[in-house]
Amino acid sequence: MQARGLVKRYGDREALRGVDLIAEPGELVAIIGPNGAGKTTLLSILAGILKADAGEIGTDAGAVGWVPQQAALYRRLTVEENLLLFARLEGHEDPRASTEEMLELAGLGERRAEIVARLSGGNQQRINIAIGLLSRPAVLLLDEPSVGLDPRQRARLWEFVAGLAGRGTTVIFSTHDIQEAERYGRRLLVLADGESLFDGGAEELREAVRSEAPEAADRNFETAFVAYLQHRGH
Amino acid sequence: MRWLLLKDLQILRRSPLQALLLVLYPVLIAVLVGFAISRGPEKPRIAFLNEVPADTRVSVGGAKLAAAGVSDRICSRVECVHVKDRAEAVDEVESGDVLAALILPADLVDKINSLSTLTPGTPKVEVLVNQEDPVKARLVDERISTLLAQANLAIARRIASEGGKYLDLLIDGGKFTVIGQTFNILGLRATAQILTALEPALPPGPLRTSLREVTRFATQARDNLDVAGPLIERLAQPIEVKKEVVNGSSPPLEIFAIAVAATLTLAFVTVLLVAGSLALEREENAFPRLTRGLISPLGLLGEKVLLGMAVGLIVTLLMLAGMQLFVPLQWSRIGLWLLAILAGGGALAAAGAALGAAAREVRAVSLLAFMVTLPVAFLSLVPSGAVGSGVFDLVRIVTAIFPFKPALQAMTAALDSAGNGIGVPLLHLAILIVAYGLLARFALRRFAAV
Repeated sequence: MQARGLVKRYGDREALRGVDLIAEPGELVAIIGPNGAGKTTLLSILAGILKADAGEIGTDAGAVGWVPQQAALYRRLTVEENLLLFARLEGHEDPRASTEEMLELAGLGERRAEIVARLSGGNQQRINIAIGLLSRPAVLLLDEPSVGLDPRQRARLWEFVAGLAGRGTTVIFSTHDIQEAERYGRRLLVLADGESLFDGGAEELREAVRSEAPEAADRNFETAFVAYLQHRGH
Repeated sequence: MRWLLLKDLQILRRSPLQALLLVLYPVLIAVLVGFAISRGPEKPRIAFLNEVPADTRVSVGGAKLAAAGVSDRICSRVECVHVKDRAEAVDEVESGDVLAALILPADLVDKINSLSTLTPGTPKVEVLVNQEDPVKARLVDERISTLLAQANLAIARRIASEGGKYLDLLIDGGKFTVIGQTFNILGLRATAQILTALEPALPPGPLRTSLREVTRFATQARDNLDVAGPLIERLAQPIEVKKEVVNGSSPPLEIFAIAVAATLTLAFVTVLLVAGSLALEREENAFPRLTRGLISPLGLLGEKVLLGMAVGLIVTLLMLAGMQLFVPLQWSRIGLWLLAILAGGGALAAAGAALGAAAREVRAVSLLAFMVTLPVAFLSLVPSGAVGSGVFDLVRIVTAIFPFKPALQAMTAALDSAGNGIGVPLLHLAILIVAYGLLARFALRRFAAV
């Protein structure tokens, strides 16, 4: 996945100001930043839902799986019916086999006949991601996938996502939780007010925070990160 | 597209209560409206007190006429509740058991008979009404006025008929019986003939001249009274109605009522289903996922319209089959029925899609669908001439914009050949399908953006 110089404007407001992003196969990239930083806009452009006003994307949108922040599921259908529907819409030759595969991957085989509305938020998110994987994408985009989940559900979700990356899928996820990004992201892209402030590993970000906001370097990482953003004018 | 159709039907099946309401409610409303249109109110219950003595008759020239059957005429048009006195009539009206009370006083016939005397009275009947409800009061006024007009007409015809007989007797002569005695009336015709025969027997002179004048008078009187006979008969009903249809033809009222019921059902089912189903795609956040390469927005709209048409077709056909139990339908015209249902359903579904795309939330959409469909359906039933011309022009514009009226016209034409042709409403519906389709597509852009 390669994106260069992405710009997006909503009227006079610039939501993205020339953002670059490169992700290698099997890499887990976290896009972090406060609310309104441009995370969802960036992912929506990468997914092909929004068009950038400027910039280039080097990956075909068809090769990109997209998982929206809120579960895009039919709550009155069962887990299996949801997966089967999207497998059919994706044009799979054997949609039932694809459904079985995703049920196994999501660990929801035993709950296949349950109505989605009765599942927990975490399980709904796992189906949401499984549907995003049905197109067998080289790149999977997750928009704040852990929002609303309890710690146990989060742990299971990230275990699932890590498994995907381990099988070679490039995973790009957005979050405003710095600790989550640090823990699960192999690379971190920091956005603030549509501007790309940092692109690198978690340890490099710590170094950057120490150098730019030394007065906060001894505090916890989240506090230091906020100080870093303030030092950068955000 | 078929998988989305299947999904929508699965969701519908998964919500049996909603599905039942979606079908039952419009069918119930439609049947009620249909019956309200096809059947006027049942015979109103009227308390009836006839105080006129049984042997009293209206008389002309001293001769009693046969009974005009006023009581029978009244009681054939209303449900008469016979009461024994005025107090009971008042009680019946006050309790609301009857709509009104009609009292024929004992002197009614005497007063009618006095009309031909030097001291004419004013025949009156008494009507007791309960004015608790303005609609009811108006209904009673109209009913009673109609009944009395009919009674007056019956009596006037009887008097005119008897008057005509006496006129014939005066002209042509004959036997006349009064108070048990029979008289021979010579008549003007015979009088003129006798006088004409006598004239040559008289010598020329003033007497013969006078006789000739009397003969001329008798002849002229006979001729003029011949003309007066039909005139007297016309006095009973001086104006006749000549009805000529200059525009439109209408099917029987029962068929029109069934067309209204069927179209109402079709409208509610398709508009609510399509609008709700489209809004659900947004509520479930599925719209962006679907339109990201799986199906185009236009394809999604097409799927929703097809869903509405399919469900609308099934429900409407079932309803028509049910109506067959009460009113025989021409099943040989089923091809036209299908055409009307599919075209009407298509236009209503497209309108539903536009509403669904505009409102975006299922609850708001349901409310909006009712707010639009119900008033437009009732406005579509307002006939020309029932309101002022300016208001009717406005009604015509509103009902032409929404597909209910052309769908009703198509359905009426499909059900019965007596109505207008089906071509124009089908063309109208086709235009509305395109217009609402474009509107829905445009609204979906905003739908997707939020």
